[in-house]
Amino acid sequence: MSDIFPPLLTPLHYDYMLRAIVVSGLIGAVCGFLSCFITLKGWSLMGDALSHAVVPGVAVAYALGLPFAAGALGTGLLAAAGMAFVKARTPLREDAVIGVVFTAFFALGLLLISINPSGVALETIIFGNILGISDFDIAQIVVVAAATLLVLGLKWRDLLLVCFDPHQARALGLNTAVLHAVLLALLSATTVAALQAVGAVLVVAMLITPGATAYLLTDRFSRMIGVGMALGAGTSLVGAYASYFFDGATGGCIVTLQTLIFLGVFFFAPKHGLVRLRQLARLRGHEAAQPAPARTPAAQS
Amino acid sequence: MTESPPDSPPHSPAESPPLELSVEDITVSYPNGHVALRDTRFRLESGRICALVGVNGSGKSTLFRAIMGFVKPSRGRVQVGGRSMQSALKAGLIAYVPQAEEVDWTFPVSVWDVVLMGRYGYMNFLRMPRARDREVAEESLRRVGMLEYRDRQIGELSGGQKKRVFLARALAQRSRIILLDEPFTGVDVQTETAIIKLLRELCAAGHLILVSTHNLGAVPEFCDWVVLINRTVLAAGPTEQVFTQDNLVRAFGGVLRHFKFDESTVQKHDEKAVTLLTDDERPLVFGKGGHLEYSHREGKEDVLAERDEEEAEAAAAPEPRSR
Repeated sequence: MSDIFPPLLTPLHYDYMLRAIVVSGLIGAVCGFLSCFITLKGWSLMGDALSHAVVPGVAVAYALGLPFAAGALGTGLLAAAGMAFVKARTPLREDAVIGVVFTAFFALGLLLISINPSGVALETIIFGNILGISDFDIAQIVVVAAATLLVLGLKWRDLLLVCFDPHQARALGLNTAVLHAVLLALLSATTVAALQAVGAVLVVAMLITPGATAYLLTDRFSRMIGVGMALGAGTSLVGAYASYFFDGATGGCIVTLQTLIFLGVFFFAPKHGLVRLRQLARLRGHEAAQPAPARTPAAQS
Repeated sequence: MTESPPDSPPHSPAESPPLELSVEDITVSYPNGHVALRDTRFRLESGRICALVGVNGSGKSTLFRAIMGFVKPSRGRVQVGGRSMQSALKAGLIAYVPQAEEVDWTFPVSVWDVVLMGRYGYMNFLRMPRARDREVAEESLRRVGMLEYRDRQIGELSGGQKKRVFLARALAQRSRIILLDEPFTGVDVQTETAIIKLLRELCAAGHLILVSTHNLGAVPEFCDWVVLINRTVLAAGPTEQVFTQDNLVRAFGGVLRHFKFDESTVQKHDEKAVTLLTDDERPLVFGKGGHLEYSHREGKEDVLAERDEEEAEAAAAPEPRSR
């Protein structure tokens, strides 16, 4: 059978591979969209924290036979609320608060899993298991992804304003507290979806790297969203596909790919890339009198 | 979410009814028990430029936040034209020009994006700009002389240009009340003059403008009303009444740099005892007898006449040299 098809197409003839590739791509696109907000809002650590804080929720959900998304979202939001609570009542710095709260949740998760090993394998949560994903899990991911894309697609301008200038958002009568909570809920939900694809440890990469890469490539937020989504989806599709040849390390493949692209952009981006910056610095050094070349103006309308 | 206010044309003095901002006995305390403002009370009317003056830590920013509804006073309330602040904000009555430090200049937004943000209140649920929004945004940018920079990322602007962009956003919002937080910090003199001219125009068109500043010298130049605060209102009223040497010394204590000519090495000052107050900005000059002095004579003929009269009186009945 296999010699009929070129070996590169082999993965596409396995049902489980096709499903893994499509689901990964969907998750990648959602994470890419959200990552634009996370990187700009300075919530990278928060994303990392939530990805660990959902673990006890997943463990409990599996033990009780509930949808994993519900459990994960529950403990994710609980952790976010816990951080806000501790932050408001102590003079501790935010990173210390986040560190204390998320490790507490993660430790609780590990404890629950070791007490009740029949529920879900630790490896599934930590490293993801997109190749062995069940139909029910896929359904949950699709619902989460669709809801997230819908909310982001409709309200990205409001969310952008809240991230960029919360004062102006309030001055316009927007409910910034609600919009904040919406962003946090989307982050929790997306974390849960991405957990399946790459696992708790690498979720944070999906939620940061595409946005960070896109940021280096453009100065316009709308374009940043497009680039971030394309990067997220592209790397996830290719990474999942490539993982067939690497025997299952889907998360590793996706994130490695994202990192390689980030490095390429980091060095060679047309405006913010290291090479270009060096060039500019040299130009300035040589012709101090001449004004440094301004950015190439975007299409004048 | 936000109810869109009617997209009214720019307010001309004739058609805009007077609007009043009243701060009614507000007390603001922070969770740690620190009371930032106590029993603060004043009223402002449209058609005025009011300076909010006080030292750092006097509660200027807190008062701004309370007026904008960012912090909730533990007592008292702020009202605009008889309605609550929240409803006034939703009606788009108030625009805010932030301090440069409050803005993340690395954000991937262009000048044009920022100005359109002033139009959100007029846009639909999706915040898609319509022709009218673009028109107003363009006009606002032109008014502050920044239209040619519309595609620049905001971090690539100079201090003065940045300030003008956010001023354009406030203009695009078409709000009757405009709050400016330290508008002259990090701004060159031309921009400062241009901003003052623009604020005067807006004021003449029936806007109410509240400027928080520590630039004392600029205050008598363009503000017709002053609220002096230090944890509470020390004095509020017309500039010439409130902006006195006594009041300012009371408000600023030892913070100001005093330069008294007759205590300085400057010995020949033609008997014109002059006190010069400055905090690194334009000097504020008090003439003989503690009179407020202006940098230009145009439009101040009455002041000059008054001084001449006093001089004549003093000459007629020479008073003892020291008090």
